[in-house]
Amino acid sequence: MSALPKIDMALLQVQNLRTSFYTRNGIVRAVNDVSFQIEKGETLGIVGESGSGKSVTCYSILGLIPQPPGRIEGGKAIFDGGLDLLKCSSKELNKVRGRRIAMIFQDPMTSLNPYLRIEEQMIEPLLIHEKISRDDAVARAVQGLTEMGIQDAASRIKSFPHQFSGGMRQRVMIAMALITKPDLLIADEPTTALDVTVQAQILELIKKRQADLGMAVILVTHDLGIISGFCDRVNVMYAGRVVESAGTHDLFYKTKHPYTKALQKSIPALQPKGAELYTIPGMPPDLSKEVAGCAFVPRCEFAKPECNHPVKLLDVESDHSSACLRVQRGDLKL
Amino acid sequence: MAETLEPNLVELASLENVEKGTSLWKDAQHRLFKNKMAVFGIVVLGVLALACTVGYGIARKAGLGHEIQDLALGASAPSAKHWLGTDPLGRDVLSRVLYGGRISLMVGVVATATSLIIGVLYGAIAGFLGGKVDSILMRIVDILYALPFTIFVILLMVVFERSLLLIFIAIGAVEWLTMARIVRGQVMSLRHQEFVEAAFALGLRKRRIILRHIIPNVLGPVIVYATLTVPAVMLLEAFISFLGLGVQAPDTSWGVLIKEGADAMEEYPWLLIFPGAALALTLFSLNFLGDGLRDALDVRASKD
Repeated sequence: MSALPKIDMALLQVQNLRTSFYTRNGIVRAVNDVSFQIEKGETLGIVGESGSGKSVTCYSILGLIPQPPGRIEGGKAIFDGGLDLLKCSSKELNKVRGRRIAMIFQDPMTSLNPYLRIEEQMIEPLLIHEKISRDDAVARAVQGLTEMGIQDAASRIKSFPHQFSGGMRQRVMIAMALITKPDLLIADEPTTALDVTVQAQILELIKKRQADLGMAVILVTHDLGIISGFCDRVNVMYAGRVVESAGTHDLFYKTKHPYTKALQKSIPALQPKGAELYTIPGMPPDLSKEVAGCAFVPRCEFAKPECNHPVKLLDVESDHSSACLRVQRGDLKL
Repeated sequence: MAETLEPNLVELASLENVEKGTSLWKDAQHRLFKNKMAVFGIVVLGVLALACTVGYGIARKAGLGHEIQDLALGASAPSAKHWLGTDPLGRDVLSRVLYGGRISLMVGVVATATSLIIGVLYGAIAGFLGGKVDSILMRIVDILYALPFTIFVILLMVVFERSLLLIFIAIGAVEWLTMARIVRGQVMSLRHQEFVEAAFALGLRKRRIILRHIIPNVLGPVIVYATLTVPAVMLLEAFISFLGLGVQAPDTSWGVLIKEGADAMEEYPWLLIFPGAALALTLFSLNFLGDGLRDALDVRASKD
């Protein structure tokens, strides 16, 4: 998909997004100065460990951060060259949410209302966002389920969520998200709660529907394997910041940040058989404490004293940026 | 990759379990009537309600009003004329139990409904909006909780005329507090469930989310608590009447009858046994009905 011509205006342009949570234990800077953009039809992966701010980034864009305790402290999220999703009214936001930007959640077991039939839940976005009769909406929903590989959709749509398995529910969630033919799909770890065989099916389905509809996809995951097979570009996040951003191929073969390198080293499949599995020592930092320099210093095997100076995400090659001071200076080759 | 698109066999196997398309309420009704205990509860409550209205009317026609005294007879054991005996003033216990049931059942239903409506709305708003609104609303509840109930009732009686309506208001005003707390807790946990977030992400408005996604999910605990509220309310009414602030003689209620019966239970046990049995039967039936309703409204519990 990298063959697509670059379009001047990005579909979604996020600039300097900062989201914090005001908790009893202090201010947790969950997302700190994150910028990225995604073009029409592109697939962007956001990867990072738990608590790195991947999900909060997505939730912030869609205005799903509970406020309080959350607060979006600054930044912009320009959608389709016009609307700033972070500043517009909830009325304007509701016109975009579910219609032009759809989201699928991590856990298909809890993201469907247990008290409503699949049918009722699936047609809800259609009834809200489009002038459509109930019968037509149901027909669209049945078609959507069929496209998701659910057989006998016309009768299964009358079921309750508990009558579906996890994989089936995630199919329903995707069908529901895509029913309004959105321009952008945000998938927040869509396969984490599923077993491996179903994971592959779900990703395949998302990919197929993406090609059909020409939509952009933001895929949040902590699985580098999924990223490599699925995404055009990747943002690696650590402690609320993007530490490396590159095309998928470059990220894997011309890695420019020690954290990305460490993540790759901890994939069992890439290591020789019998070798002890590499793990990154230490714990992710406590985000309620201000970190002066690079947040990865305590766990980084290449850290030097100067790494405690503030560092920004900068281009180190064309279309490849890194937030490692030593890489930026050119004194570290990974 | 076409073969990966096929649903796997396990998923296909559950195809037979698909229910025909009906509404949540029809399903619930169907499940409720399949539950023998719940049906028993409904039947008993229905018979009791009929007895207290129609049955009392018949008894009255037969010259057995709840206030008609026969001082010469005094307290007498159950007999062919007075099926459940008479009290020391010679009043027929059966018609007094039936008359008392009218007041007790009415208090139970009306006060519970009042507390249900206020409590669910109040709790849902507090829990859903959260933050400052929630703090203010729940502090009001705390303050009302701290108010001594007896003093509250006495104040109401002093300021206004003594009436049955005031009993309803007084009881309803107290009972909704716990309901509001329960609903608030439920809603707060639901508020952060993914399906509610998903509803936001689909662009739904708050009102629609509360009505379609939140309220149905709190019905289970609400109904269980409501069935517990009914007996609590009946006992409160007895307490108020005991203080001389509620039902006035010669009118009566189950609570009053039980209290009178307890005082005289060594000499005239039937004065305690029959109203006590009527109350116990009602509470039993309500519990069965409540259990059945909770199961019926839980779509996940149904495997048929």
